[in-house]
Amino acid sequence: MRYFAGIDVGSLSADAVIINEDRVMIAYAILPTGNNSRRAGTDAFDAAVARAGIDPSQVAAVVSTGYSRDRVLQAGESKTEIACHAKGAYFLFPDVGTVIDIGGQDSKAIRVGPRGRVVNFAMNDKCAAGTGRFLEVMATALQVPLGEMDQLAARSTEELTISSICTVFAESEVVSLISRGKTPADIAQAVCRAIARRTGGLVTRVGVADRVLMTGGVAKNRAVVALLSEQIGHPIQVPEEPQIVGALGAALFAIEARAA
Amino acid sequence: MTELKATEKMKEILTNYYIEAKTTTQKPIAWITSGAPVEFLISSGVIPIYPENYAAMCAANHQSVALMEAAEAEGFSQDICAYARTDFGADLTQGGPVGGLPAPHFLLCSTNICKTVIKWYEVVARKYKVPLFVVDTPFLHDGLTRELIDYTVRQFKDLERFLGEFLGRPFDRDHFLEVLSLARDATDYWKKTLYLAKARPAPINSLDSFIHLGPIVTLRGTRECADYYKLLYEEINLRGKQGIGSIPEERYRVLWDNLPVWFKMRRLEKFFEKRKCALVVNTYANSWGGISDFLDPGITDPYDLLAASYLNVYINFGFEERIKYLAKLIDEFSLTGFIMHSNRSCKPYSVGMYRLQEEVSQLTGKPGVVIEADQNDPRVYSDAQVETRLEAFIEAMEACL
Repeated sequence: MRYFAGIDVGSLSADAVIINEDRVMIAYAILPTGNNSRRAGTDAFDAAVARAGIDPSQVAAVVSTGYSRDRVLQAGESKTEIACHAKGAYFLFPDVGTVIDIGGQDSKAIRVGPRGRVVNFAMNDKCAAGTGRFLEVMATALQVPLGEMDQLAARSTEELTISSICTVFAESEVVSLISRGKTPADIAQAVCRAIARRTGGLVTRVGVADRVLMTGGVAKNRAVVALLSEQIGHPIQVPEEPQIVGALGAALFAIEARAA
Repeated sequence: MTELKATEKMKEILTNYYIEAKTTTQKPIAWITSGAPVEFLISSGVIPIYPENYAAMCAANHQSVALMEAAEAEGFSQDICAYARTDFGADLTQGGPVGGLPAPHFLLCSTNICKTVIKWYEVVARKYKVPLFVVDTPFLHDGLTRELIDYTVRQFKDLERFLGEFLGRPFDRDHFLEVLSLARDATDYWKKTLYLAKARPAPINSLDSFIHLGPIVTLRGTRECADYYKLLYEEINLRGKQGIGSIPEERYRVLWDNLPVWFKMRRLEKFFEKRKCALVVNTYANSWGGISDFLDPGITDPYDLLAASYLNVYINFGFEERIKYLAKLIDEFSLTGFIMHSNRSCKPYSVGMYRLQEEVSQLTGKPGVVIEADQNDPRVYSDAQVETRLEAFIEAMEACL
């Protein structure tokens, strides 16, 4: 049996997926990128290979994606995360029409057409507002683990607004809300709504069609997903492991690259 | 850049121009905006100096950051056009590739490129205590009208009177018409050269045209400028006939909208070449081909024609016209997509760009992408962000081939 790998090295996490030639996912790994993106790609690949219980030599082709896609040693070629998320999402749900991916420093909305090809996409501008990094900064300001932001937000009773677009200014807003005695739950909810608002604009630009899938680390935050769904007026589905959809798409490209 | 024999000639012309401007004791110097009617200055023996051009040179030489920091330390906001900041800094420190620009005797400013230039030139006028002449060219929301032409022509006549008084000799209209004719020759050749890129592969690309803009902007109306563009045209035409492309392999043909990113020219050149993507045409370099483009059979008077061409500049007309123009270029040049540079410095060029992208994509069925960048300020530019968007755009074009 031959295997194929996709490695997605983003600004916050490095993810690797191993699939077999029947396109069945065998294993994956998600590791923090840290301060060495090259090593992060290698570590994620090694971890996924170990979990798959195979030898690295059995991996016939590797495609990389993500911000550090050109620094992944194992990869024969690279693809953008836009193409990979569309590919991965289409593989999981062939009726997908729109993919929303919020990663560490980018948020994007992708319109997916026939055979998982990208019809149109919109990305945040230069600024990291509304991305995973934004959420991380706010979680730090609230002294809450990133993964618990949504549970905290669920306890919100008062609607607050964070209006600043800039992450730095929004952080000061959070600090001033704290100093005004507002509850962490209400502030967390406001942070999630700020992300939903900003992302909603991108989604509107490319359009909502059929099944809407949300990928990337921020999709694990249920408050953001619910508020965003409200914002765009359409249900949003989150795959079981939203963080590896890009790497999965890259692995699928690896099969095609080998076949071609 | 595509290796062209003409490049040496251009360097020689521009070097001589700067040497004369920096050393002359006889000729008056006027600072002028890139969209102003330089023909009046050329025919009056005034040396035109283009701060915008100089700012671009500073950025291409990776000197703009220090100059902008000097301007910002004086209190100029980071939100002002980076050309203005680069020039304020170059003036304060006498910096940049030629050690600052020669002091002006007067200033000529036209609002067809933006309204920032009014405040910018007022700052210069106050500093040097020199007169400022503004040619106001209203925005063409709904196309060109007789009233707008008359309004602009009246200002040209005022400009002639101003020059006559300032220089102490009457404005020579006969000579002016000769200069206009030379300007027309140069812009004709420039436009013909740019349109050679319709061929596949394109023998010239936008990164070349950004570089070869120098003389058409600064020396339009001189004999050497007209001769230069004839030379350039002949060389590119020959390349076209021989089927020589501007990049080794051309798979994608795209339009670039807005100014270049001057401090990333080389990196972007390599980026596009590696991905077989030729920047075939751009709205920016085309702007100096406009004078020969306005062929309303009803307009024959040279002043009317001049007014029409200075009003009818891409960034001085409304969205409907921009959409039509972009769609026409995409069709005529057989393009596979288009890139829009949302330029933090140049608001009139960038406003409404996301909507424009959607409209043009719908109209032409071609993918487009908006990248966030700046013409002159590397501090607001991210290689990774821009290149990810461009790569995704190229993937989208591939899917459409």
